[in-house]
Amino acid sequence: MDIRKVKKLIELLEASDVAEIEIKEGDEAVRISRAAVSNSPGIQSAIAPVQQDVKLDEPRTSEPSQKQTAGHPIKSPMVGTFYRAPSPSSAPFIEVGAKVKAGDVICIVEAMKMMNQIEADKSGTIDSILAEDGEPVEFDQTLMTIV
Amino acid sequence: MFDKVLIANRGEIALRVLRACKDLGIKTVAIHSSADKDLMHVRLADESVCIGPPNPTESYMNIPAIISAMEVTNSDAVHPGYGFLSENADFAEQVERSGFSFIGPSAETIRLMGDKVSAIKIMREAGVPTVPGSDGPVSDHPEHSMKLAQEIGYPVIIKATAGGGGRGMRVVHNESELISTIQLTQTEATNFFGSGVVYLEKFLETPRHVEIQVIGDGLGNAINLGDRDCSLQRRHQKVLEEAPAPGISSKSREMIAETCIRACKSMKYRGAGTLEFLYQDERFYFIEMNTRVQVEHPVTEMVSNFDIVKEQIKIASGNQLSISQEDVVIEGHAFECRINAENSETFLPSPGEIKRFHPPGGLGIRVDSHVYSGYKVPPFYDSLIAKLISYGNSREEALIKMKNALDEILIDGISTNIPLHQELVKDSEFQKGCVTIHYLEQKLKM
Repeated sequence: MDIRKVKKLIELLEASDVAEIEIKEGDEAVRISRAAVSNSPGIQSAIAPVQQDVKLDEPRTSEPSQKQTAGHPIKSPMVGTFYRAPSPSSAPFIEVGAKVKAGDVICIVEAMKMMNQIEADKSGTIDSILAEDGEPVEFDQTLMTIV
Repeated sequence: MFDKVLIANRGEIALRVLRACKDLGIKTVAIHSSADKDLMHVRLADESVCIGPPNPTESYMNIPAIISAMEVTNSDAVHPGYGFLSENADFAEQVERSGFSFIGPSAETIRLMGDKVSAIKIMREAGVPTVPGSDGPVSDHPEHSMKLAQEIGYPVIIKATAGGGGRGMRVVHNESELISTIQLTQTEATNFFGSGVVYLEKFLETPRHVEIQVIGDGLGNAINLGDRDCSLQRRHQKVLEEAPAPGISSKSREMIAETCIRACKSMKYRGAGTLEFLYQDERFYFIEMNTRVQVEHPVTEMVSNFDIVKEQIKIASGNQLSISQEDVVIEGHAFECRINAENSETFLPSPGEIKRFHPPGGLGIRVDSHVYSGYKVPPFYDSLIAKLISYGNSREEALIKMKNALDEILIDGISTNIPLHQELVKDSEFQKGCVTIHYLEQKLKM
């Protein structure tokens, strides 16, 4: 799927009220979602290799955009790769709805082969998880929210 | 050729590197601090990654964060620009060890040239003229120092090896003051820098700053792209540069260029580099080598019609030099004004929003700048916001064009040093050419 097609799709989306478009062409698929109203952190990729979803904004959650800014955000202290579990075969540290205490490890951000454990800096309940397992994250990107 | 290059810098040089990458069809990754989300090159890059807070130590000089960004974006190479980590041998080494390419010389070369004393030694061995001096710490025997100073000729300067920025140096005009000055400087150096080691050098009273641009491909080939004169400086910061350096005979130019190339070839130098000299009484004296692209590279590009940044990238990806010395033709004359976000008289920084930006244009005018109307100049970084470059068939023509461009350029909302540049291009001594490195500060005092 070539980049001009993708760019045209983006323009189409921006000019309309449509929230999300998914197009499949044979083995290739592209899904484009409207950016959240709040400032979107997250790695801005105009093009991704074929056969992957093109992400223009932070990963979609089923909650409407207001919920993403509710609650205390846990931000990534570094650029790296986000993991929900300590290893590929383990269960994730937490799920939405889990109760955590300040200091509990809630996820991992891996940078340069080092697994950095990210702790909750506040006690409460995990309200939303805004990054996807195995996805690159930026410095200051909101990973989850706690209420 | 690289598929994707990560640009580890900000501001105008990051935009310069981005443009070179785009020319070569290379994908770009713009890393930035949280204060720099709205930089022009960040907006234009294919991908961008926020790597840290505004503080440079935690962002633009944060080696793990930069390498991590290279990993998550699958970049092939990193261009470090100038400043920040561009001459950090550890960074170059870690980049290469992590499996990426560093666009610049090898870590070893960076290390060698970064140590002033070893750089001078290497250059001297390669036949590059250096400042005559004690070549190491002053002798413990006063008679040796007296004899050396007599041979070199007064005035001489006593410098602390651990000093810098004008500190820990004293000039000696008379033989009678030599020994006491050495002792005084040694004591001072111990108190200020923790080391009393001092060395002696000839003191040049009316030098110009002349530098030679070189490029090597790491395979033994090296060329020179001519010289620049950067004598207009304030507090060791260059303000206005030009190429070529005026008032130097072609014979002198050729000779010094030849020694520089010889040194580069013997080092198998890879990448762009600049050898800086003090020039006085028709003689060159090597002071240091910068192993990166320099701020003022555009004036060389204008007179040589050669893209230095693109060549850096090509060489780093394994190519030979794309031209030979015979292909290099230096024609015409170019000036560059460094436009800073600072008050023209007090030199106090002036960050804030540029309400209106209107660049000048026309034949022979080039503007290297990342700013735009509405851009907010952050307070965390150096104040360079634009480089205004003029090119003409002669020095006079290039200077007239610069004057006109300075009248045309508009940067509204913050203070800039444009008024200072307007004064400089009208200065009668500067118009004659060949002013020394002390000229600007003397002029500002009056």
